Amino acid sequence: MARISLNVNGKSRVVDADPSSPLLYVLRDSLSLHGPRFGCGLGQCGACTVLVDGATMRSCMHKVSEVQNKSITTLEGLGSAAHPHPIQAAFVEEQAAQCGYCMNGMVMGAKFLLDKNPQPTVAEIKKSMNMFICRCGTHLRIIRAIQRVSNSSVKA
Amino acid sequence: METKSISRRDLLKSTGVLIVGFSFFGTASRVLAQGEGLSVDGMDPTVLDSWMAISKDGTVTVFTGKVELGTGVVTALAQIVAEELDVSFKKVYMDSGDTDKAVDQGVTAAARTVERGGVQLRQASAAARQELLKLASARLDSPVDMLTVTDGVVSVVGSPSKKIAYGDLLGGKRFNIRITAAGVGWDMKVAPEVPAKNPKDYKIVGKSIPRVDLPEKFTGEFVYSQDTSVPGMLHGRVVRPATSLSAPASVDESSIQNIPGVVKVVREGTFVGVVAETEWAAIQAARALKVTWAEPTLKMMSGPSEVFDYLKNTKSFKDLVVTNKGNPDAALSQAQKKYEATYYWPFQLHGMMGPPCALADVRGDKATIWTGTQGPFRTRDSIAKMLNIPPKNVHLLYREGSGSYGRLETDDVAEDAALMSRAVGKPVRVQWMRQDEHAWDPKGPAQLTTVRAGVDAQGNVIAWDFQDRSFPWSESEANPMLASTQIGLKPSGPGFLNGAGGGGQIYTFENQKVVASDIPWVQQGQWPLRTSNLRAPGDLARVFASESTIDEIASDLHVDPVQFRLRYLTSDKRVSDILVATAKKAGWTDHQAPAPPSTGDKASGRGVAVANRANTMTAAVAEIEVDKSTGDVTVKKITLGHDCGLIVNPDGLKNQIEGNVLQAVSRALLEEVKFDSTGQKNLDWNSYPVIRFEQIPDVEIVLIDRPEMQPLGGGEPSIVPVTAAIANAIFDATGVRLRQVPFTPQRVLSALKA
Repeated sequence: MARISLNVNGKSRVVDADPSSPLLYVLRDSLSLHGPRFGCGLGQCGACTVLVDGATMRSCMHKVSEVQNKSITTLEGLGSAAHPHPIQAAFVEEQAAQCGYCMNGMVMGAKFLLDKNPQPTVAEIKKSMNMFICRCGTHLRIIRAIQRVSNSSVKA
Repeated sequence: METKSISRRDLLKSTGVLIVGFSFFGTASRVLAQGEGLSVDGMDPTVLDSWMAISKDGTVTVFTGKVELGTGVVTALAQIVAEELDVSFKKVYMDSGDTDKAVDQGVTAAARTVERGGVQLRQASAAARQELLKLASARLDSPVDMLTVTDGVVSVVGSPSKKIAYGDLLGGKRFNIRITAAGVGWDMKVAPEVPAKNPKDYKIVGKSIPRVDLPEKFTGEFVYSQDTSVPGMLHGRVVRPATSLSAPASVDESSIQNIPGVVKVVREGTFVGVVAETEWAAIQAARALKVTWAEPTLKMMSGPSEVFDYLKNTKSFKDLVVTNKGNPDAALSQAQKKYEATYYWPFQLHGMMGPPCALADVRGDKATIWTGTQGPFRTRDSIAKMLNIPPKNVHLLYREGSGSYGRLETDDVAEDAALMSRAVGKPVRVQWMRQDEHAWDPKGPAQLTTVRAGVDAQGNVIAWDFQDRSFPWSESEANPMLASTQIGLKPSGPGFLNGAGGGGQIYTFENQKVVASDIPWVQQGQWPLRTSNLRAPGDLARVFASESTIDEIASDLHVDPVQFRLRYLTSDKRVSDILVATAKKAGWTDHQAPAPPSTGDKASGRGVAVANRANTMTAAVAEIEVDKSTGDVTVKKITLGHDCGLIVNPDGLKNQIEGNVLQAVSRALLEEVKFDSTGQKNLDWNSYPVIRFEQIPDVEIVLIDRPEMQPLGGGEPSIVPVTAAIANAIFDATGVRLRQVPFTPQRVLSALKA
């Protein structure tokens, strides 16, 4: 175990953790940030996605020691149910989930896409989101939620 | 509506009317329960207070054994309660799946939750409303038939100033009345004699009220079973052989001595697990622990063809005869044209996004379990049996997991956590890893279906003989769950039949036989692959076979497939209505399949299918494209028609239908559990692919609402007709009929070459 400094959602946090631990377990168990979720531990499903310096990262695949001097954003860093980020609000408007277990990846994936490309076409949305799995089959609603953000004047 | 959990005692405290004298009875959550009617079967359903409580501020707390599985069903149940009580939706608070507080309404499964559980809650609410009106009548000195209720306030018709709120009538006190309840679980009939509201007056049921659970699911605030924790909690992981249950020949604990934080290697029977202080330590230890597994007593079959041969040649132990009229054999012998084909369905996964997780705290002869089971009471009972303690000593609190699509009570991880907690005397959280979930997920069973049909000289179907052969569910109420099996509990039954719907009984044929047969899969108390109910169990395969056959006959007779079906859909107008409405929405024009051959590589086609699942009627029209050079099938669009009687929440229903359609396309084109004699081969998402964004079709939905009917299930019926519609569309496009799922490019290419 070692003391590790992290910058998470704009705040400095110090945790006592095994440096070899994947970031996911540190976020979930040491910092109680439950937005990122364990889905496969293999980097295949996207449920554990966070943004590191603005780019998506599968937090189950990267050691916490790799991200010490980087800016980490989790789902909680975007907004809350009381004060949702426009992307989160659009997902609510479209009722774009069923069980919701994959939604961390979907919202973070949408954030990454819209930051790069504020007006994506449906084909661009599908291509960008293709690496995220949803088993309930809410893909059509997720696409509509992303379109809703891109069609609105609110900056995502 | 809110969903956070409070105890019955807190509820009364919050109203300031604490019922004194009950603190004598153990834990807070059991205060009211001990007062009245907590039995092994949960709260007494004949006590109205078992179902709901009303606090001073008018909040209605509903105690339900039904649970949210991600389908929005708890929102729908809250709508039903709010409607019947005439309170606003946001005043209803659902306390769900707590075995110390709820009536056992049976498992949340089989699309029975709104249909049965909803009616139970509606009638309990109607009885509560009746009692509240009686109380109001006395307080307002006005006959009941002169009273009206708006948003939980009772007033006198014509004298609106004479009024009193539910909270003031009853707030914090018990109803203290009995209602009738007969039967158990989802079959229980609750207060059927109490008149319920006329659906014409519905204001909340039938509205697309947004789901209460979703906002927090988009922000990380929602607490799933995976997020539940208690102070002093340890982390466990299971260590299991690749597939088949085999005993550990040796466990080398020194292999993990260099991993800091390991607390214990738990061994009991053939069960092996590790407990550690942190999740990462537990994961590393489970990976590193050197276990030598003895040669399993049972070998897997060498692959699918051996499984299908086995299904074909092994004597069934149970034959469920769904329909048997006339004499199909005699009619077949006189038929002008005969049709016979066999259809093949593979083992498929539930494929939960989140591997299951549970937290268990076992102390002495008491246990507290937090988990995401579809059947809180059954999982409680199985854990009690495994721990050899009375069921009432196990308190199970439901915490939602990821969507499960029909795992029934096979919530194995809760047993894993209970075993490990007992071994260390501390609370232990256990989550399965991805390979645990892929390997030990009780699969939807493989099926082999044979259809024989005969047509006379005038083109009438005169014979129909449908035979489905499948494996029963190893994971069913008769049989212990995984950890119980590993510590030596034996199955008491052969498992449960894999359904019997969809064998063509929807049609009226003169000579018609439909049989669903159980083939024994169990040997020496072990199962080569575990099996259980997978969404609309067995119906997909049977409808694939029956609707392909109907389509084949229509094509052979040069009749439009929609018109041909309508000739025989004469037993229930709801079926023909949904087929006609769906065909119309899809822009179906009279045509004969197959379409004229395409000139290029790409061939387009459309196909139709119809189904009845638990009295919900569905129809699908598929529009597809086949690349004849590669064998790739692209599903462009599915139009799905749906009649589930009274619709409680239209947008919630559409969400379910969209999801069912996409899952159906995934299962039709991509999904098959692969194995050989050494074990299961696809243990992750790359080797067991499911549908992704670039593969999804457009979905158009046709809803028929029938307010005069009871609400029926909407969680799974719409998955049923899609595979058959796709197969029929592939035939339309190519003239080739596929009889084995999934429709992989290789299968399409080899069919095209045949």
